[in-house]
Amino acid sequence: MARTDPKKDVVIIGLGWTGAILGMEMAKEGLEVLALERGEDRDTIPDFQYPGVIDELKYAIRYGFMQKPRNSTLTIRHGVNDTALPYRHLGSFLPGNGVGGAGIHWNGQTWRTQPAELRLKSYVEENFGADIIPEDMQIQDWGVTYEELEPYYDRFEKLLGISGKAGNLNGEIQEGGNPFEGPRSNEYPNPPLANTYDSELFAEAARKKGLHPFPRPAANASRAYTNEYDMQLGPCNYCGFCERFGCLNYSKASPQTCVLGALKRMPNFSYKTKAEVLKIEKAADGKTAKGVTYFDDNTGEEVFQPADLVLVCAYSLHNVHLLLLSEIGQPYDPATGEGVVGRNYCYQMTGGTSLYFKDKKFNPFIGTGAEGMSIDDYSISQIDFAKEGFIGGSYITGGHTGGRPIGQLSTPPGTPKWGKGWKEAAGAWYNHKMSIGSHGSNMSYRDCYLDLDPTYKDTHGRPLMRMTFNWKPNDIKMTQFMKGKIEDVAASMNPDQMASGYKKEGSQYDTTVYQSTHNVGGAVMGTDPKTSVINRYLQSWDCHNVFVMGASAFPQNTQYNPTGPLGALAYWAVDALRNDYLKNPRPLM
Amino acid sequence: MSDLPGRPSRRGFLKGSAAGAALAAVAVSAQAQTKEELPPLEQYKPSYFTPEEFAFIMAACDRLIPADGDGPGALETRVPVFIDRQLEGDFGKAADWYMEGPFQPDADPLLGYQSPLTPAQVYRAAIPVFEQWCQDQHGKGFADLDAQTQDAALSALEKGNVPLKPELRDFFAFILQNTKEGYFADPMYGGNHGMKAWTYVGFPGARGAYTEWVSRFNETYPLSAVDIAGERA
Repeated sequence: MARTDPKKDVVIIGLGWTGAILGMEMAKEGLEVLALERGEDRDTIPDFQYPGVIDELKYAIRYGFMQKPRNSTLTIRHGVNDTALPYRHLGSFLPGNGVGGAGIHWNGQTWRTQPAELRLKSYVEENFGADIIPEDMQIQDWGVTYEELEPYYDRFEKLLGISGKAGNLNGEIQEGGNPFEGPRSNEYPNPPLANTYDSELFAEAARKKGLHPFPRPAANASRAYTNEYDMQLGPCNYCGFCERFGCLNYSKASPQTCVLGALKRMPNFSYKTKAEVLKIEKAADGKTAKGVTYFDDNTGEEVFQPADLVLVCAYSLHNVHLLLLSEIGQPYDPATGEGVVGRNYCYQMTGGTSLYFKDKKFNPFIGTGAEGMSIDDYSISQIDFAKEGFIGGSYITGGHTGGRPIGQLSTPPGTPKWGKGWKEAAGAWYNHKMSIGSHGSNMSYRDCYLDLDPTYKDTHGRPLMRMTFNWKPNDIKMTQFMKGKIEDVAASMNPDQMASGYKKEGSQYDTTVYQSTHNVGGAVMGTDPKTSVINRYLQSWDCHNVFVMGASAFPQNTQYNPTGPLGALAYWAVDALRNDYLKNPRPLM
Repeated sequence: MSDLPGRPSRRGFLKGSAAGAALAAVAVSAQAQTKEELPPLEQYKPSYFTPEEFAFIMAACDRLIPADGDGPGALETRVPVFIDRQLEGDFGKAADWYMEGPFQPDADPLLGYQSPLTPAQVYRAAIPVFEQWCQDQHGKGFADLDAQTQDAALSALEKGNVPLKPELRDFFAFILQNTKEGYFADPMYGGNHGMKAWTYVGFPGARGAYTEWVSRFNETYPLSAVDIAGERA
């Protein structure tokens, strides 16, 4: 029998970045807020402290901070006629778990979308004509413009204490910054991180080619910093254990270091861990939600938690899963093109070239998650799509996150995978390799989507979500274009050896090799309920007291890492809630 | 090898703090553990493997990362101990993995692991098949073959030329991955004995603080490796 708990004003599903921000802002409104987090509680002490956290095997290889597929996973297939099979252990992407979510083990690469990306369909049509959009591509405008989001990007960057260099301040191009970014109202809150040797070499080579290198915007603090919630960050010490780890040094922006310490002191905020929401419960009117049902793993019972406002703040994939299970919004059907929930799932197109130099020592163990020098010369706003024959773009970076020997050691092409040859190459090249990577967009397509799996179930007996996804020629052309550009710069650096890894014609999605935890879409935002799950304020079209945060809102993936826009969108939604919805709860569009 | 002049070593710093007390306790217990394990690898009593299986693991590790040439081998760094402990633990049991059926072990490898068996079960079921194949091909078990023939047999296994049921097709990938893990993981897991693999490639282990070194380009980092227990190589 389900227990029913006393009603709250607000229930938050998931206590990562967006849950923490929404929790804080709703608590500041004086509302009674409860956050439900299905994973464990986590904090810098004891979970991320030195030296226990510097354990490559436990955290980077055995995924100590990640979602356990045993508790939660999905099935994957390449095409609509295939049978999907479970993602039984982690590989291609690593969803977070527990308080802080993926916000504890990210690298901290914090970008803004380009203005063109937020109105991509209109941009393409205006500049190149609708004819260049492939028949099965479903790109669309976000329903919010860069100009509207700018103040919220600014606030989010200040919350995280981003280290970087502005390239466009109120329309004026700044030396040393990214000249292709949208206009910023302010400089970054902290100066750029120091460059490592590889970043410096790449930047030098890029400059010689007439390109425009700038420091990658980093949520790894370059100096001591205090944010709007009086949370303090300490300067990053380049420990080399950033991605896949919690920060031992209070340097990487995370919900813990930027929000939660302050949020936990709010008397009208509380949170429960090991509390997995099973369903958002619709009210009898069919137009609102009345609360959520969750499984309380502490007591082993189902609990109904009534609430006036339901904020869906889980990882993007789980947001979509929960909407499907709760029957909020019509599930997408690729055969008819009708329905919206699960529509426009997208991934991230990445590639890279390794450079091996006998005479250069890189000390790769000195690194941090977002350090690096990037170029945006081949970004979405800089490419003639009609001429190149694809829609999309990438940013390109020389830099590295660390030199962990199990996962980050690589040997030149032609090295045996084992035996004396491997051992000797490992010793000879560990300190002599750098890489240049591309991080690129992925468009949305009619047959790339999320729905419920007909066969496999989770521990609660609910259907797993099913992902149908594969690479498309448009995006492969894009990454091949980047390969050419990167190899050109790389060759100019005269390495002793070079090796490239990019998707090529015929490449199928490989679920086993880590590529990116940038799974986006499936509950996309927009201005038309026929092609979006939530409106431009992230409010459900179907239940107006349900708001869905996170990268599930992206109608197609941008060329950048998703945390910047999902943070900006969270603050954008906060303003809509605070200034409009809370005063008069109703559909805002 | 001395610490940087003018800068207290992390270990020295920690000794003077509350964290130091906790760390020192960890270090003592880890040292005690290391001392108990010091008998030669041949006398190690595996907790998961049978003696026959362990003889195979020893022989296979010795070819995957052999002793000859630059750098320590897998036996010198006690990699087989690491693998034994991993299979006895959560990894061997697939404790974190989704292991509900139906299973389709012969699925497209791009869709990932689809065997109903745990990694520990894969080792247990595949070792005898491979040993039998070595007998059939070469008239001897794997451990008794000469090094060159062992390498050829492992290559056949790697390339899928040893007939294994689809449930076992990840066997070679497991051994190779686990061997490299044991070579480079923190010594507390039983391999990377004496941090020799870290020292060999030049990874300083759990030092975890490099602020002064970020901008010193193309220089040799001078400090030896430390492990999580606070020992120095």
